[in-house]
Formats: sequence, C-alpha cells, structure tokens
Amino acid sequence: MKRHVTLWSLIVLAVVMLAPFLVVALNALKSPSEYAADGPLSFPDGVYLQGLIDFWVRVGFGQKLLNSVVISGSVAVLAVVISLLNAYALGIGRVRGRTWILIAFLIANTLPQEALAYPLYFLANETGLYDTRLGVIIIFTIIQAAFGTYLLSSTFVGFPNELLEAAYLDGANKWQTLVRIVVPISRPTLGVLFVFFFIWTWNEFFLPLILLISNDTQTVPVALGVLQGQRMMDATMTSASALLGVIPAIAFFLIFQRTLTRGITAGAVK
Amino acid sequence: MTRGRGNYLFFLIPGALLLIAVILVPFAMNIGISFTQWSGAGDPKWTGLDNYRRLFADDVFWASFRHNLGLVVAMAIVPTVVGLVIAAALFDFVAKRFGTRAAGVLRACVYLPQVLPIAVAGVVWSWILAPEGAVNELLSAVGLGSLGQNWLGDPDVALWSVMGVMVWIQVGYPVVIFMAGMQRADPSLHEAAELDGASWWGRFWHVTVPQLRPEVFVVLLTCTIAALKVFGPIYVLTRGGPGGSTNVPSYYSFQNFFEKTQVGYGAAIATVLTVLILVLTTVFLRIQKRGEHG
Repeated sequence: MKRHVTLWSLIVLAVVMLAPFLVVALNALKSPSEYAADGPLSFPDGVYLQGLIDFWVRVGFGQKLLNSVVISGSVAVLAVVISLLNAYALGIGRVRGRTWILIAFLIANTLPQEALAYPLYFLANETGLYDTRLGVIIIFTIIQAAFGTYLLSSTFVGFPNELLEAAYLDGANKWQTLVRIVVPISRPTLGVLFVFFFIWTWNEFFLPLILLISNDTQTVPVALGVLQGQRMMDATMTSASALLGVIPAIAFFLIFQRTLTRGITAGAVK
Repeated sequence: MTRGRGNYLFFLIPGALLLIAVILVPFAMNIGISFTQWSGAGDPKWTGLDNYRRLFADDVFWASFRHNLGLVVAMAIVPTVVGLVIAAALFDFVAKRFGTRAAGVLRACVYLPQVLPIAVAGVVWSWILAPEGAVNELLSAVGLGSLGQNWLGDPDVALWSVMGVMVWIQVGYPVVIFMAGMQRADPSLHEAAELDGASWWGRFWHVTVPQLRPEVFVVLLTCTIAALKVFGPIYVLTRGGPGGSTNVPSYYSFQNFFEKTQVGYGAAIATVLTVLILVLTTVFLRIQKRGEHG
C-alpha cells in the first residue's frame, strides 16, 4: 500500500512538472474566439495553427531562430577550441603560475554579468560591436570557455603520460601532439562541452537583452522576453510564443539527453 | 617526462587576450565607475565612496537583498531538500521495482524545465499565473475560486509566486546530480542497514544523505550563486514589481544602468553583489575542503 503511495506521488509530481507545457501546447492550438468562449483549461476543438503562424510572421521568428543558431553554434565551437588550448597549456603544458591562471578563469566564470554589463555595453558601442551577433559571440566565447578551461584542465592532469611521451619520441611537435593525440582521446569530453555551451548560450538572456536591440540580431529568448514585457499579446498569442520558445529546447533535450546527463555528472564530481 | 617540457604559454594567448578584454578590463571599469556619478554620456564625475554610502542607506537596496534571500530558499534550499527525497525515491524504489527505464522517464520529466530558456519559462508562467490564467481557472473549476489571486500583481503574493516558479525550474538539477551520486555510492552500506532493520527514512537519513555530501555542497553552492544572480525570471514575470515587491539586486542595477541612467550607482550595486558572491564561493570551497580532510 505504502509503495503505491510513493509511486502515485511521483506520478503526480511528474504531471505537475509537465502541466505547464501541456497547458501551453493546448492553448497555442486554440483560436482566440475559442479561448474566449472556453477559457484556458478546455481541450481544443481542432488544431488551429493560425495563431502560431501569425506570431511567427509578426515577430520574424525565422530570423530569431537563425540568430540563436548562429550565435550559439559559433560560441560552442569557439569556446571548445579556446578551452582546449587553455587546458592544453595548463593541464598538460603545466605552465608556470597555472594555479593563479586557473583561479582567474574560475572567477571569470563566477562573476555576475551585472558587474560587466555596462562596461561591455560601452565598449561594444565604442568598437562598433553593439547590436551585432559578433559582439555577443565574442563575449560568450570567453564566458563559456572560462568554465571549459577549468573542467578540461582538471581532466588533462590525468592524461596518460605514455601517449605524450610516445608522440614526443616520434618527433611530433606540440601542435601535432594536440591535434593527433589529445583531441581524439578527449573527444567525448569535448562533445559534452560543445552541447553545454550551445544550450547555455541559447538560454542566455541578460547580456543579449542589453546588447541586441534590433529585429535582425535578437535571439529567441530575448525576443520573447521583450514581447512579454511589453504586455501587448493576447492569451493565445502568448501561448503561441511560449510554445515556439519551448519547442527548440525540448528538441535539444531529446537530441542531447544522454550527453547531457552524463556531462552533468562529469561536471559535478570533477 | 614530457609534461611541462618546453614552452606552452603560446597556447594561452587567445584565451588570455579574451579574458582580459571581455572580463578583467570591464570588471575593473565597473569598479571604477562605481566611484563616480555618471549618466552614461559625457565625463563621469568622481564622487569617491558616495554611491556606497547611499547604498547602505537605501531601503530599496536592502529590500532587494531580502527578496534575494527568498530566492535562495526557493532556488537552493528547497530544491536540495526536495531533490534528495525525489532522487532517493526514484533510485531506491522506482528503479528497483519498475526498472531503470521508468526511473529515467520520471527523472526526465522533473529535469525538463531546466533546459528551458529562463525567459521562455517566464513567459509560460506569467501567462499561467495571470488573473484569468490557468491557475485561477483551475481553482474555480474545482470550487476553490475564492483562493484565486492576482498571483503576480499583488505585492503580498508576487514574491511567493516567483519563488514557486523558481522551485519548478530548479528542482530537476539536484535530482539528476544526486541520482548520479547514488550510483557512485557503495550499495553494501545500504544492504547492511536494511539487514539491521533500519526503516527507509532511517537509511535515507543515515546512509544516503551522508554519502551525498560532496554533491549537496556542489548543488548548494551553484544554486545559491544562481539565485543571487537571478535576472531573467524577474524581468519577464514582474519587472521587479508590483511596487518593488520582487526587486532583486541584479534587476535593481539593471534599472539604474538603463532606465534611471544612474550608471555609477548601478555599478556600485553590481560591485557589492560581486563581492558577496566571491566571498560566499570562497567560504563554501573552504568548508568543502575542510570536510574532505576531516
């Protein structure tokens, strides 16, 4: 009996966790008149896609998706490369002062973005990077790489010495050792970092909100957040916007789920 | 010994340049700005510690920190406690009776909000919590309409609503971390306790929780920092309102930067927040280290 209570409370919990997604999906498929008549809890009479289409067209959602993909994809690639180079120097190269350098990267990862926001806004204006995707890409490359440097350096400390020694005896220089030995062996970790960086950057809100103001550069979360703040949307349009914001996240979740849970574990217990 | 042979500094150059240009210089600039009065245009005027003096006498600032404490409860403490129970129930009970697959599916349900952009989660919830939104409709549908609230529009309720949303967002993270930690733990301790006749709660409290100490530390630290930095949900759900009842330091600094154009004051708030986070991180890591040696 008690077993059933536990199982049922877990199922109720799962339903509570999923309910907001379901309610959003249900209402995104209703017409405004249907919503007005039946309220938010009823099941839709049919599949009404016009609300989604209207919203898509009105905010230029395709462009937002493209911006998010370009920014998150570039950041993920560049941040993995920078993390790798840093960690190679710190974890395998054992450069002098590596503890302090690691602490600097760790602090960079811990700083609240509020403490960088205005100077970054100012500097972006000075350098012509304000309201460009490139500016945001540069900033998040180092913010993500700060974490990647920390994580990769600690895994590189345990990198098998024999392999490095063998490469050295074969006459490989440092670049060749990095590309031919270190990268292939650490590919799983690099993959996890790539996924993390992509999703984290996709989800970023504060700095992109400040730095990206035009329709051509804004990311999905920024566009949705700003629209919400203006309180100009009716109920069905809000749920349409929420559904369009949720779909990519769920897609990533399904695609990357295995890598993600494995990666979180790797990050938590060094 | 190949390690450390020759000079690897070259590989650090791109990362170091970016670190300096994007993090260190702006951070130093922010501290500098915090000693000035500046509207963002023209030349900043040096005012020394004026901003900090004003800050410590500013009721809005202190209120924003109190709200932040509420968010620490909602984002770090409650998810850790609830996460321990859920993770143990999934790991000990569901996985053993119904298979790891069932446990995996339930875990995925709980984790799902974590992958949502926080701004999108805010859009979802501000709509659900609206005066004529799903929550109030549900309450009247089951005859509890009198419990309906203006969840985000009533100054007495708004912070609680935001806290509830944050628990929903956050709880999946500790569940996943704790379940992973349980796989690492030694099952023989559990079996021994079971043979000794310990109840489920007894085993949970005396075996599971102590084994998860490192994970609990990581979760509490990262979630507390996240709670102190929280911005997106406040921006989307309440804009710090109504009447400042959900304002937090990060949003307050944002307001000073971009709405009130009191850049110097905003920079002072951001600096205090940074110091607080760095101190907290150091203290946490110290305690953790002592725990490992002790």
